[in-house]
Amino acid sequence: MLEQEEENCRRSFLKTGLITGAVAIAAGVIGCNSDTKPPGSLTGKKVPLLDSAGNLIYVDEAQIPVHTNFKGITDEESRKGIPGKKFVMVIDLAKCDGCGKCTEACNKMHFLPKEKEWIQVLEMQDAPKEAPYFFPKPCFHCDDPPCTKVCPVDATFKREDGIVAIDIDRCIGCRFCMAACPYSVRVFNWTEPVKPDIIEETPSMERAFQSKKGCVEKCDFCSHMARVDELPACVTGCPMNAIYYGDENENAVTNQAGETENLSQMLEDRAAYRFMEELGTKPRVYYLPPNNRLYPKPDMNNAEENKTNSNG
Amino acid sequence: MAEEKYNLKKEIETVRETCLRPSNHWGRSTRIWIGCLLIVISWGLYCYIHQLRYGLGVTALRNYVSWGLYISIFVFFIGISHSGTLVSAILRITKQEWRRPITRSAELLTFVSLLFGGIMPIIDLGRPDRIANLVIFGRIQSPLMWDIISIFTYLAGSTLFLYLPMIPDMALCRDRLTVCDSRFKKFRKWLYTKMSLGWKGTKEQWRLLDKSMSIMTIIIIPIAVSVHTVVSYIFAMTLRPGWNSTVFGPYFVAGALYSGSAGVVLGMAVFRKFYHLEKYITPRHFDLMGRLVLTLTIIYAYMNLNEYAIPAYMMAAGEGHLLKELFYGDFSKVFWTLQVGTVLLPIIIMAFPKGRSPLILFITCIFIVAGACVKRYIIVVPTLLHPLLPIQHVPESWSSYFPNYVELSVTAACLAGIFLVITLFAKLFPMMSVWEVEEGLVIQQDKQAVMDLRNVRELEEEKTGGREVSSGTVSIKPAVVQINKTPG
Ligand code: SF4
Ligand code: SF4
Repeated sequence: MLEQEEENCRRSFLKTGLITGAVAIAAGVIGCNSDTKPPGSLTGKKVPLLDSAGNLIYVDEAQIPVHTNFKGITDEESRKGIPGKKFVMVIDLAKCDGCGKCTEACNKMHFLPKEKEWIQVLEMQDAPKEAPYFFPKPCFHCDDPPCTKVCPVDATFKREDGIVAIDIDRCIGCRFCMAACPYSVRVFNWTEPVKPDIIEETPSMERAFQSKKGCVEKCDFCSHMARVDELPACVTGCPMNAIYYGDENENAVTNQAGETENLSQMLEDRAAYRFMEELGTKPRVYYLPPNNRLYPKPDMNNAEENKTNSNG
Repeated sequence: MAEEKYNLKKEIETVRETCLRPSNHWGRSTRIWIGCLLIVISWGLYCYIHQLRYGLGVTALRNYVSWGLYISIFVFFIGISHSGTLVSAILRITKQEWRRPITRSAELLTFVSLLFGGIMPIIDLGRPDRIANLVIFGRIQSPLMWDIISIFTYLAGSTLFLYLPMIPDMALCRDRLTVCDSRFKKFRKWLYTKMSLGWKGTKEQWRLLDKSMSIMTIIIIPIAVSVHTVVSYIFAMTLRPGWNSTVFGPYFVAGALYSGSAGVVLGMAVFRKFYHLEKYITPRHFDLMGRLVLTLTIIYAYMNLNEYAIPAYMMAAGEGHLLKELFYGDFSKVFWTLQVGTVLLPIIIMAFPKGRSPLILFITCIFIVAGACVKRYIIVVPTLLHPLLPIQHVPESWSSYFPNYVELSVTAACLAGIFLVITLFAKLFPMMSVWEVEEGLVIQQDKQAVMDLRNVRELEEEKTGGREVSSGTVSIKPAVVQINKTPG
């Protein structure tokens, strides 16, 4: 049963891969900011885009395929998720050097101000004698998410592809989900967010720009990128190749360098773990322990200053 | 006998007069008081509009402490609202005679604090404009939904509970209105007539009233308990140290009863003073209420022991960190002041009869109510400041919290709203349940008659001097029972 399902998924993945590959870059929603707007040209508008390496490029409007903005996706479809997928992330703590480039890339992609971080890089040390390490923390997209359980209006929900999404057109801003998430992942729009110069016609749960005054937001596993078979911003932004992203059904995860690994093999070989398994939230993000690091460890004395609590 | 009956009538007349008098009187102080309340409310309203316009960012709330004063006050108000049920329903069920003069104020307190308690979470919403989503997309699996349902049920129930015993009084007001000259006469006439529902005091009407009251009395108790239980679930059903606790339901209910009963004492004392009800609300009432508050405080202290001592013994990682903060960290001063000053000391004070005298009990109860309010804050905020993952790389203001002027103003406005509703209520309606007090007088009268009878017997006994006559006492007993039965 499961095998067959996997088989099906693999096939459909290949299919969608082929189709979407052509329009991969066409997510015209990405990378446009008022100050980076290109000067008007005679031949038609140039549209700013991000390539897979995260560089800003300008493409003439005429060259962009019609699939822009995934107009075809209905609210319902985006509530269901991308068919046949089961997204998963693996973060190799042995490679993470705490540079914070993942946060930067994420903020750039989602038009977030500096203090808003969907992926946070924390400095952690579980016990005084244990190794300190850098801990990039996106939303874990828990399989048993405490946050979606408590939402009174179903504004945050679990999709079939594993992503925990938020419908910012429905959220009433009660912040119950923020209280419920044990990992302090969710952030709230306390004031009117600065809007980028783009108009996205995608359903709200698959927009790059997800900020709305009085609503909750958080890491969305870059579902709009996943639609076009692209890697999330944090993955492509990580110069250490520490973050892997992929499809559990395919049993493969890929990092920035394009290294694709066998998921189950990797999890087994590296003794992967999920953060605070005892909470029973069943995260979809796996961590590989920080053994044999090649970079200087975080300075915990420094971290101590801006930390008020550690789980150790 | 004829003389006594005359006296009773006079007594009843005094009750009516005492209860109805404030309605006709709008003194200067009342007007100043209402004016002040209106100023506070307008300022709070202005702050709320400011908050609506610029978002919740104008408050001190930030990403870590995402619930603060508003939610604490919500829990506190809901707690206070337990007063009415407790005093009124429980004392009614147990047929406590001394409840009669205080039920109305207790029920009113329930109604008003519930009304404003229910508003607090709406004030706290980021998108109050989308409140209809709760109906359109409502998910029954969310504890917040249980809250909404139970609070609405409780509000409806307590409105009925307040209103039902008011019906005969409304009829009384309606009939009396023609005699007295008062402000807003037309409006009052209309209001009383509508509210009395054509009450004529027929046997059938009394039967219906008695019946519906006894049904409501029983229904309202489980509803009240459920309300505070599900309020606690909002916290207890999260995976956060300090909230994630199985005693939270009963702990909150105990806390609610503790603060609610103290709230009733405050209400009693205030009405007694301003409406000159000394004759009806006597030191004996304070003594008895004091005993009640004492019992509830002891129960609450016991719940506190369970809530803090058990995790403190184990000192599990996350929980331990929070507890250390409470026991000897940043929050320790407040924490110990609360435990000692508003739980332990009141127990000691109220244990002595002198501690239950009106003035001392009043002061003690002020401390209890204030303590309960701060306690809610101590339950909500420190937990949010101690998440499972460290707070790092965030602006300084995110890792601490103290409500700012917007939150304080809006909260003050809600408090003023409570006072305003109570004041207007007291101006429009009798603050004691007139008919119930009257009935109480009749019962008292009967008791007096019994006492008189006994005195007579005693005198006779002395006269005859013989011990054998004691058999006479036995023969009187049936008469005693009979007399007691008549009014009920
Ligand atoms: S990490 Fe937090 S926000 Fe993300 S799914 Fe889990 S509980 Fe929800
Ligand atoms: S803040 Fe929004 S998403 Fe979160 S629980 Fe409330 S309504 Fe749901």
